[in-house]
Amino acid sequence: MSSIGTGYDLSASQFSPDGRVFQIDYASKAVEKSGTVIGLRGKDSVVLAVEKIVTSPLYEEDAGARIFTIDKNIGLAIAGLLADGRYIVDIARQEAANYRQQFERTIPLRHLTERVAAYVHAYTLYSAVRPFGVSVILSAWDEDQGPQLYKIEPSGSSFGYFACASGKAKQQAKTEMEKFNYTEMSTTDLVQNSGRIIYQVHDELKDKDFRYEMSLVGKETNGVHRLNPAPWHAMAIEAGEAFKNEDDSDNEI
Amino acid sequence: MVFGNDWMDAAHSTGTTIMAVEFDGGVVIGADSRTSTGVYVANRVTDKLTRITDKIYCCRSGSAADTQAIADIVAYSLNYHENQTGEEPLVAEAASEFRNYCYNYRDSLVAGIIVAGWDKKKGGQVYSIPLGGMLKREACTIGGSGSSYIYGFVREFFKPNMKKDDCVEFVKKAVRHAMYHDGSSGGVVRIGIITEDGIERKLFFNTESGEAVVAGQ
Amino acid sequence: MYAGHQVIPQQFWSNGPAPGQFYNFTGGYNGLATGSANQCKEYTTPGLFGTQHSSSPITTGTSVVGIKFDGGVMIAADNLVSYGSLARYQDVQRVFKVNNKTIMGAGGDFADFQSLKRSIDQKIVEDLCHGDDLEMKPKSLYNWLTRVFYNRRSRFNPLWLEMVVGGLDNGEPFLGHVDLRGRAYEDDVVATGFGKHLALPLVREQLVEGKKLTQEQASDVLRKCMEVLYYRDCRSMPKYSVVVCTKDGSVVQGPFNVNENWQLATMVKGY
Repeated sequence: MSSIGTGYDLSASQFSPDGRVFQIDYASKAVEKSGTVIGLRGKDSVVLAVEKIVTSPLYEEDAGARIFTIDKNIGLAIAGLLADGRYIVDIARQEAANYRQQFERTIPLRHLTERVAAYVHAYTLYSAVRPFGVSVILSAWDEDQGPQLYKIEPSGSSFGYFACASGKAKQQAKTEMEKFNYTEMSTTDLVQNSGRIIYQVHDELKDKDFRYEMSLVGKETNGVHRLNPAPWHAMAIEAGEAFKNEDDSDNEI
Repeated sequence: MVFGNDWMDAAHSTGTTIMAVEFDGGVVIGADSRTSTGVYVANRVTDKLTRITDKIYCCRSGSAADTQAIADIVAYSLNYHENQTGEEPLVAEAASEFRNYCYNYRDSLVAGIIVAGWDKKKGGQVYSIPLGGMLKREACTIGGSGSSYIYGFVREFFKPNMKKDDCVEFVKKAVRHAMYHDGSSGGVVRIGIITEDGIERKLFFNTESGEAVVAGQ
Repeated sequence: MYAGHQVIPQQFWSNGPAPGQFYNFTGGYNGLATGSANQCKEYTTPGLFGTQHSSSPITTGTSVVGIKFDGGVMIAADNLVSYGSLARYQDVQRVFKVNNKTIMGAGGDFADFQSLKRSIDQKIVEDLCHGDDLEMKPKSLYNWLTRVFYNRRSRFNPLWLEMVVGGLDNGEPFLGHVDLRGRAYEDDVVATGFGKHLALPLVREQLVEGKKLTQEQASDVLRKCMEVLYYRDCRSMPKYSVVVCTKDGSVVQGPFNVNENWQLATMVKGY
């Protein structure tokens, strides 16, 4: 950010002379401080994975979760301010419930993403509010549309992805992701890949401890979005640990 | 009642015969054309096959005012939904929306509606929404006051997976039978065939010759 | 002319899209409330002398019968939804699996039941969102239903239903009955509507003090109940479905056809 402040960063309702809304940039900064969050879209499933940074040993193991279930087959992961994220989760759940009430079926993920993105965007327009300091990744799988993956930025813009990342090591994760073609990847490979990426991008020197958390939705879960599902979670951690050990031994020479 | 002037203040109602049948690739919908006010025929050439979207139609029975109002609202809402999502509404979605109005306002509405149409996901579909606001998909359904006279006919001659032309013939015959026996049904037979390509409308005159104009003898 | 009178029902457009509503964030989110809160929403505006609600059901299902057996519960109902005396919808499920430990069956106004079912389905999604792998237990559903029914009857707008809820609650078979007034009781065998008069005595005949029925015995006695109900209930049909809940989960079986015996007719002459 070249020119911090200069008076144009106090409100989301004003542009700076060079065409920026600083409040959105600052919100993105909040996201960049967060532990890395990734989403991978495979052949018949979508994996969400997070590097949950554990800032104190006093927390319970499941505290500060970053992945949520929105509807039966829809998952959402947040990078950025957890409290902001949980509010977005609530909005997304209400949208899903309203759609169900009106049309008696599950909301299509593309539609949900657009609705939530519109909501997030509304908070970039007014002086009385601040934008959400979160980037959210949404995953879903259903029989008609197959695997789906979307991401919404603090600005309210949203896109569909084959694979995406947010948070601290976003760039590094993206570089790793670009090495693969996920579209034909099996769930096992997908899950192991997610473990490897998260373990790889974790910066042991800067951040103390972290916990790998993930979710899976796809054929193998019968179209149900599941948090840290039994064989897969362990599988990913195993792949991640193995990768890390291999990496460490390389450095020892 | 019969000899009174009840029709002067009675509500317009489509004392009706309506019908819809699924076939492979679409649906055939049909209706008579009589709208009555008590025993007075308020409109003898009514169109009870009402467009909701290009590929979803409803057949209306009950109060003309109620059903027209609901159809207008649902048509507006689904058009908005289509613009927002960029996808054509599903027949099930249309039916669900109709049902929501029919159920939530069941104490103030008199509406028996059939929702029928075609969508990419499930092809031709027919949904029945009777008075109380329940919703049920059926391969063939009938409704309106005239339908009571043709339950036997429909049970005897409806076969699942009939060809399109056989469905048209079947609907035409059934509606004619109902019009024949039901004083509140009459006029012409209107039929619509809804497929992937939209609707094809047909009109059958209920005269012996099948012509619109008949000379008396 | 209409001054002072509220003649126009309001909220008729409530589900219609209202552009701008979505962005009205300072006023909070104006969307429909979810789940059970919406259950009791009244849509018809009061008239001069109050609101008249439906005083009778329209599309109806008849009896439901439920039995506990050794290690589980089963609930049966025929597949008919009547429209007055017209046997209108002859292929309808009235027994349901809610989840692997909860099952239910419904008699009464089927539109009301479908509405209730939508609320239950939304509750299941909400449970799922918690992500703690906890499922709704039969007692939870049973108690929730008593509250919903009692609440609606207190608004003089009852849900015209009689329901049987069953399942395994912490491994123990549970079977309960709830109705439109919010009345509720548990028993080893329950029935609704005509079934209370015809099926209950038949089942009790089979029960031996201090001895549980086997699953097979329960299934047989239900079959007999459905047969008698078919003979003696004008709103019944011979096709029925059963939902069974055991420790292996819940499963809907059927449709089955009842046994019929009309041999008796050969012996009757005159009146």
